[in-house]
Amino acid sequence: MIFKTTIQGFTTAVKGLLLTVKHLFGARKSREELDIRRENYFDKQDGVVTVQFPKDRMPIPEVARYQLDVEIDDCIVCDLCAKACPVDCITIESVKSPEAIGKTSDGSVKRLYAAQFDIDMAKCMYCGLCTVVCPTECITMTNQYDRSTTKLTDLIYDFAVMSDEEIAQRKAEWTRFQADKEAAKIK
Amino acid sequence: MTELLLHIIVPVAIFGFIAVFTLFAVYAERKIAGFVQDRLGPMETGKYGLLQTIADILKLLQKELITPKAADSILFAAAPIVIFGAVFLGFSVIPWAPDFLPANTNTGLFFIMAIVSIDAIGILMAGWGSNNKYSLLGAIRAIAQMISYEIPVGLSLIAAVMITQTLNLNDIAFNQGILTNEPIYFLGLWDVSQVGGFLAWNIFQAPHLIVVYVIFFIASLAECNRAPFDIPEAESELIGGFHTEYGGIRFAFIFLAEYAMMFLVAMLGVVIFLGGWNTPLPNIGSLRLAEWTTGLFWGIFWTLSKSLFIVGVQMWIRWTLPRFRADQLMTLCWKIMIPLAFICMGISAIWRILVMI
Repeated sequence: MIFKTTIQGFTTAVKGLLLTVKHLFGARKSREELDIRRENYFDKQDGVVTVQFPKDRMPIPEVARYQLDVEIDDCIVCDLCAKACPVDCITIESVKSPEAIGKTSDGSVKRLYAAQFDIDMAKCMYCGLCTVVCPTECITMTNQYDRSTTKLTDLIYDFAVMSDEEIAQRKAEWTRFQADKEAAKIK
Repeated sequence: MTELLLHIIVPVAIFGFIAVFTLFAVYAERKIAGFVQDRLGPMETGKYGLLQTIADILKLLQKELITPKAADSILFAAAPIVIFGAVFLGFSVIPWAPDFLPANTNTGLFFIMAIVSIDAIGILMAGWGSNNKYSLLGAIRAIAQMISYEIPVGLSLIAAVMITQTLNLNDIAFNQGILTNEPIYFLGLWDVSQVGGFLAWNIFQAPHLIVVYVIFFIASLAECNRAPFDIPEAESELIGGFHTEYGGIRFAFIFLAEYAMMFLVAMLGVVIFLGGWNTPLPNIGSLRLAEWTTGLFWGIFWTLSKSLFIVGVQMWIRWTLPRFRADQLMTLCWKIMIPLAFICMGISAIWRILVMI
């Protein structure tokens, strides 16, 4: 019994040592292909795998699963992304408009102003559900991942473009419109 | 006067060597670890990270000496000195080249075994003096391991000494090459006194010494608390072990002692089993390779390159094999290595009587 385990231990140790020495000398070269989209990516993975990050970066697709970006002109402020978000990192406030504001690039009609469109990247868990539900595909994930900051609030991204006066003006327009409608109803 | 100067220069030179060796051994260790794991290792400080360990030691030297409030301040301060002193003194009897050694004593090997054992006391002093339960536990584990593994080390050295018939490390090294005073037989059959080279090394004079050398090598790994026998430290699992409370230059000395110990056991194994400063190249006919490559500088060169190779193997093993559990450690020592060392000792005795006469 003890002979068997001893010999087994010795042979497996030698096997392991041969494996590591192969890697030791294999470290003379590093992997040649960093881009997963290339066809022979998996054939060129021998050697050192380290990518010395700030100097070299791995090529990633433009819509990789990193920080979110919103094309606010295409947004119809439907609030679906905020509802889909599992961690509630998207805060949207909308202001209704009396008439259609315009059209998005895919032809949907915009009827709401985005008074506030904040995404808290510190909360975001990069699940990508918001990008799935978006009807106009205005919220997308980008290839930006290298964002570090000393202030947590720097990670709250504000995508709304309206100024405070504009918001107040639009709100006033809507209340006037409502009041007009009420008045018309009473008549 | 010159003798006095010599007594000062030699230890300073050896200390300087140990310090430089430690710096580059730590660098080599990290690089080997990186390459084995398909990483790069240190790359940022200097070209290819060459200045990394120098930056590390500068940092350690600048640090404040902190003694915990509850620690036994005398033991705590003395422990690194004892640990390093024990290992440092071990270098005093090891030959670097023909007749080139700090002290040529007839009991050299015995002296090394005795003085290196003091290391264990230093470790216990460090663990106890820290007054920290984890340090003490680490120290106790280290002591248990070091004392257990002293037995296979001792037995394997006895097996070798039975063949060499001397404890003088200078003579042991002399009797493994072309400068020998006694006839040397390759495998006990072929007189290689004039051929030399690797054929005259102790492991080839008596082939069972190869097994003995493997035992010695494994046990010496445990002696210097290196992976796969590093449960006292186990940096990936436990807090530091016996040197948890140490910082700054005291920690640097403990670290220095650890790497000095690695080199010491590698060098001891080289001197006793692998021909010491003797060249591995044999004389072949009119090609007098062994004669050409024997001498003071060649001796230092061969000692260094063989020892550094063994240190490299120690690192290679560290980054390959997983850590032993405490009971596996003791099983390996008491149930496998000690009986095997005893058998080899018996073979040595029979070899001496029947083959070498």
